[in-house]
Amino acid sequence: MAAGGHGADRRGSRTAGFINNPEVRGVLFQIAFLLVLCWLAWDIFDNTVRNLQKANIASGFGFLDRTAGFGIVQTLIDYNEAHSYGRALLVGLLNTLLVAGLGILLASALGFFVGVARLSSNWLVARIATAFIEIIRNIPLLLQLFFWYFAVLRSVPGLREKWTFLGIFHINIGGLHIPRPVFAEGATLVGAALLIGILAALIVARWGRKRLDATGKAPPSGWIGLALIVGLPLVVFFLTGRPISVDMPVFNDQGPLLRRGFQAGSGLTVIPEFFGLLLALSIYTAAYIAEIVRAGILAVNHGQTEAAHSLGLRQNQTLRYVIVPQAMRVIIPPLTNQYLNLTKNSSLAVAVAYPDLVSVGGTVLNQTGQAVEMVSIWMIFYLGLSLLTSYVMNIWNRRVALVER
Amino acid sequence: MKKIIASVIAGAAMLAGASAAGAGTLEDVKAKGFVQCGVNPSLLGFGSEDQDGTWKGLDIDFCRALAAAIFNDPTKVKYTRLNAKERFTSLQSGDIDVLSRNTTWTMSRDSSLGLMFAGVIYYDGQGFMVKKSLGVSSALELSGAKVCTQTGTTTELNLADYFRSHNMPYEVVAFEKNEEVLQAYEAGRCDAYTTDASGLYAERLKLQNPDDHMILPEIISKEPLGPAVRQGDDKWFTVVKWTLFALLNAEELGLTKANIDEKKTSDNPEIKRFVGVEGDFGTAIGLTNDWAYNIVKDVGNYGEIFDANVGPSSKLGIARGLNNLWSKGGIQYAPPIR
Repeated sequence: MAAGGHGADRRGSRTAGFINNPEVRGVLFQIAFLLVLCWLAWDIFDNTVRNLQKANIASGFGFLDRTAGFGIVQTLIDYNEAHSYGRALLVGLLNTLLVAGLGILLASALGFFVGVARLSSNWLVARIATAFIEIIRNIPLLLQLFFWYFAVLRSVPGLREKWTFLGIFHINIGGLHIPRPVFAEGATLVGAALLIGILAALIVARWGRKRLDATGKAPPSGWIGLALIVGLPLVVFFLTGRPISVDMPVFNDQGPLLRRGFQAGSGLTVIPEFFGLLLALSIYTAAYIAEIVRAGILAVNHGQTEAAHSLGLRQNQTLRYVIVPQAMRVIIPPLTNQYLNLTKNSSLAVAVAYPDLVSVGGTVLNQTGQAVEMVSIWMIFYLGLSLLTSYVMNIWNRRVALVER
Repeated sequence: MKKIIASVIAGAAMLAGASAAGAGTLEDVKAKGFVQCGVNPSLLGFGSEDQDGTWKGLDIDFCRALAAAIFNDPTKVKYTRLNAKERFTSLQSGDIDVLSRNTTWTMSRDSSLGLMFAGVIYYDGQGFMVKKSLGVSSALELSGAKVCTQTGTTTELNLADYFRSHNMPYEVVAFEKNEEVLQAYEAGRCDAYTTDASGLYAERLKLQNPDDHMILPEIISKEPLGPAVRQGDDKWFTVVKWTLFALLNAEELGLTKANIDEKKTSDNPEIKRFVGVEGDFGTAIGLTNDWAYNIVKDVGNYGEIFDANVGPSSKLGIARGLNNLWSKGGIQYAPPIR
């Protein structure tokens, strides 16, 4: 009996030892936590579905196939009222991507420029840059958006008039009217030629760098690349019988007032809502990027500049080859944040009638009444966009990060 | 935007709890002591707030009538400012008790949104406003026009339907708030501004030179506007519905804010039932028997609130038209109290 009791004790202490093992415990607690989290998520989902049913509110994603029935002012893909809600949302998503993508490019260029300008030894330039940053950063984006939109609207001629630049750019309150390229059969070959040209130019540039490293002489790879990118598609363009033509915007200044102005369906129109939003987003984000760039440059030890100067590098060479490459390590992580912010801020578009994902989604929501589904679509799209941006920026960050040997 | 997400999340997480706790909206309203009313903050004549914080409008007066029926005090109302996009979610999630925000009664809203419309407080229709200088006299001449409107409403769909059915090209520029629609229209971004005709009259007043603009005669849609409640609470629905009917019946019986005390002693059996001297109509719907008397005494009858807010003598100057009583050439008609 004593022996049996002893054995039981030992077994008990072995189990206790198993539970007391910190590693085992850690895993157990994590599993338990995960289960609770899953249960909570399921419960919220299940509860929502049941309550929607109880309140007689339609649910499910079936509405995406139904006819949308409303028009959208800017569509990058073919769309009309007879298309589905799903297609309308895709149009909105592409509009978001367009303004966010261009906004990121513009904001980066302007931000780098202002950031460097703020560090300029020229008193006036530095002060102007400082004033720009302080003013822009301290005014809410929505107000700036209204300012730029209505500034754009009120400073251009009305629908029946126009300003013309270089013969092909026409501006009025309806937007920027430019010739639209029309692609006929064979246009894909020209596109392919352009792609091949770009690839070839990249290979030439690499070869040029190798030559520079090996011999100290730089071959004119820039010019060769340009010739490849422009020349190759041009040759193919003429060989295939000019498959790309342009459709000019038609301006009518005769007849009844409503008929005058640019005719719908002719040329390409870039709407003022797009310009207003793009300007506001780029300028607002540029102010933040400028500060990040300044911080990045200041983070590079002044000794580096002195060393570069003592090697005989000129000021702009020092900036380009010594300071900026090192500053990028500091700049990129916070820059990612700004890119994400810009993309998310683009959802203010609806305030100035730019048909982005939120604007189009809002109309879909109102017509179908399916708020839960629509809000989840919004969340998934923005989450996806943000994760994608982070992913790309992380790859870039890894490339410029300090490699320790 | 934030409000929608917040209310959706709140709704998703707490609907079960809320529906189990709330016995019924009428009891809840009585317990908390006020009616939570979802309204339009910026539509002159229907719902708008003065600089000193007083609310005015036809939809506002309906909320006040509801409070008068329940509490005999038209001030026991709290207003929730809602834009077109937020309004249904706000009602569905229980943030508000009644939606009185120039909302069109349509089949899909009755079916897939889980709403019930208590009646029609204003028979409206979608129209167009254009600059007189454009030289257009009919909506049928608007082919190729750029049209500004507010997003999240039925107007976008009506607009598309109208232009498609007449084979006319158009371009729609849809803003979130009507303030921006008006600014863009005034700046000349659009040839025409479309929304419910009543809204056009209200918005025109805000323009710098209202006389330079005209509202085209065509009404391209039926827009019966009315108060809405959640489905599945018949008691509350009945109270809201009969508040509207009481306003209409009062006008038909010739009862006004000024003469109701004097008419209270009338021998007319219809009036006796209305003011609660005869019958138990008030208690039957969970209120006091003088509920209808209180509505008229505190707020007035339908004709009175119509005239004060949108009628010919108000700033908007809209004729009664369809909204006149059935006995006077309109289509406003309420079932009798008996």
